[in-house]
Amino acid sequence: MASLTVRNLRKNFGAVEVLKGVDIEAQTGEFIALVGPSGCGKSTLLAMIAGLETVTSGEIWIGDRMVNSVAPKDRDIAMVFQSYALYPTMTVRENMAFGMESRGIPKDEQKAAIARVASLLQIEPLLARKPGQLSGGQRQRVAMGRALVRDPKLFLFDEPLSNLDAKLRVDMRTEIKKLHQRVGKTTVYVTHDQVEAMTLASRIAVMHQGQVQQFDEPDTIYNRPANIFVAGFMGSPSMNFIQAEITSASGTPSITFPLAGGGVANLPLHDGVADRATGRKVVLGIRPEHLSRQSPNTVGKPGMATMSAPVEVVEPTGAETMAVMKFGELEVVGRFSPDEAPKTGENMPLAVDMSRACLFDPATQKRI
Amino acid sequence: MSDATISSAPALDLEAGRAGRRHLISRIVIYGLLTFFAIIYLMPLWVVFFNSFRPLAEISANGLIAFPQSFRLDAWPQAWSEFCIGGQCAGMQRYFWNSIMMVVPATIISTAMGAITGYVLSKWKFRGSEIVFGMMLLGVFMPGQIALLPWAFILGKIGLANSVYGLVLVHCIQGLAFTTLFCRNYFVGIPDDLVKAARIDGAGFWRIFYRIILPISPPILIVTVIWQFTGIWNEYLFGVVLNSGANQPITAALVALSMSGTTVRTYDVMSAAVLIGALPPLLVYFFGGKYFVRGLTQGAIK
Repeated sequence: MASLTVRNLRKNFGAVEVLKGVDIEAQTGEFIALVGPSGCGKSTLLAMIAGLETVTSGEIWIGDRMVNSVAPKDRDIAMVFQSYALYPTMTVRENMAFGMESRGIPKDEQKAAIARVASLLQIEPLLARKPGQLSGGQRQRVAMGRALVRDPKLFLFDEPLSNLDAKLRVDMRTEIKKLHQRVGKTTVYVTHDQVEAMTLASRIAVMHQGQVQQFDEPDTIYNRPANIFVAGFMGSPSMNFIQAEITSASGTPSITFPLAGGGVANLPLHDGVADRATGRKVVLGIRPEHLSRQSPNTVGKPGMATMSAPVEVVEPTGAETMAVMKFGELEVVGRFSPDEAPKTGENMPLAVDMSRACLFDPATQKRI
Repeated sequence: MSDATISSAPALDLEAGRAGRRHLISRIVIYGLLTFFAIIYLMPLWVVFFNSFRPLAEISANGLIAFPQSFRLDAWPQAWSEFCIGGQCAGMQRYFWNSIMMVVPATIISTAMGAITGYVLSKWKFRGSEIVFGMMLLGVFMPGQIALLPWAFILGKIGLANSVYGLVLVHCIQGLAFTTLFCRNYFVGIPDDLVKAARIDGAGFWRIFYRIILPISPPILIVTVIWQFTGIWNEYLFGVVLNSGANQPITAALVALSMSGTTVRTYDVMSAAVLIGALPPLLVYFFGGKYFVRGLTQGAIK
């Protein structure tokens, strides 16, 4: 059963169209991530689901109820804010009780709920403190506790980790995942961080310019992106895009693009591509990790093409090494394990995994 | 201690010494000037304060500005209950109480209303709310005398002419622009997310106001109360024009200082009367001053 359905949702702020017909649905227990660059409309969408923004047109259903004109408090939702929005003059306990108090839930029921959630999140020692006396991570926990305590139908997270430092962010990400596995509540999670979206979500909606570009499982989003925007946004370092052409010079259809010094690269087309009309202009998308050093293991493998390229910059990160190479005028990033990493200035013999490469139509930007 | 490591060149020491002296001189100049102006500013208060304890004969003999030779409390009870104003020799007390009866409700009501309007104009914006706020701001710059005739007309119509309650009404309305401005500007600094979280938590307009907003707001409420209390207490124009006789507030009654019926000027009693009229705002500043400065300079809580 779907616990959240959004149909053809639109939002205008004056003359500005912020959401241009969004369709999303979340099955019960699902973890949906809304991801996109700032200004893509993801936070507006979340605020509309919460009832904090009005709907211009379209429908929002929570469970089997259309909630377009239902007040936030009656939508059976809970929300965790980027700023945590803890009430500064109340203790943690009062913060957690406030929602139940507003709804007239009996005192002993409130107590039991707070005790349950406090032990779940291990925040019992903090209950008597005020938000000002908590660290960033503790505030984050309390904010989640306040949301959990009411046992709502739908959880909304608005960039909950972006105020934490890098290490804590990774820890809390794991915590949120554990928590979701334990309580199993339907969750909508807004983030601009594609790693958070990939690691947490059961399905990701990638948004750009007020539209959902692709709504699918993380694996599909990553490996079979719907268009150039999704391909470029998901993954870091970003996918390399190379203007190319389909030719059949060597008998088999292949992808051709110019290289430095007047040469051309000729990479055999993978069998999976249906439209292989010769002369067609395409954009070849290769993720950094699909470039590797030629070796007896890689060269013979089906779908593996070979070429070589000069290395401009090498950036070791410890676990892996990024290298910027020149494909003609274009800079292309490759991701290598440290032991096969190139040296600066080397003409690197590359194996390109064409079975994992994506082809896009330069006009429509869509994947072929 | 490793003396060797900090054995600095004597030239540097000299320069540091010179800089230190320059610093000292500039401090002396600054504090000297501040003290000088503080003395000038406090002088009237001292003169009046001393004169309220000096016998009239001594004032006549030694002049208005002099150190007291003797110390008497007589002038104070006289000023409180016998001082003659407008032919009535009942002292300052009833005017004092008039002012109290006016300033307490007017301060409380205008601050409360300003908090509510400021809350609406910052956290529950509606189409045109900025225009409403802009128009209210005009009230801050509007000279009070413009409203004199309209107020006289309205108070007459509703039967509150020459009444302390009439003045309460006048000051509530006249003060609303200021209290709204203060509160609205403070509330704007309170994160909107708090209100959103409370809305999702099921709290309505009033519950958010008194459970979330007000508990964060003591700094600005103190500022507003002090501002209103001293402003209304010291206000003179409305008191003297709209009310007369026994219904005037204390500032208006002090006019009598200049037209006392007797030929002898009772400087001792007059000084005490003036101090009685000035005491409440002085006390408010004395005890609330530091909150006032703190509240004005402090931003809202994150």
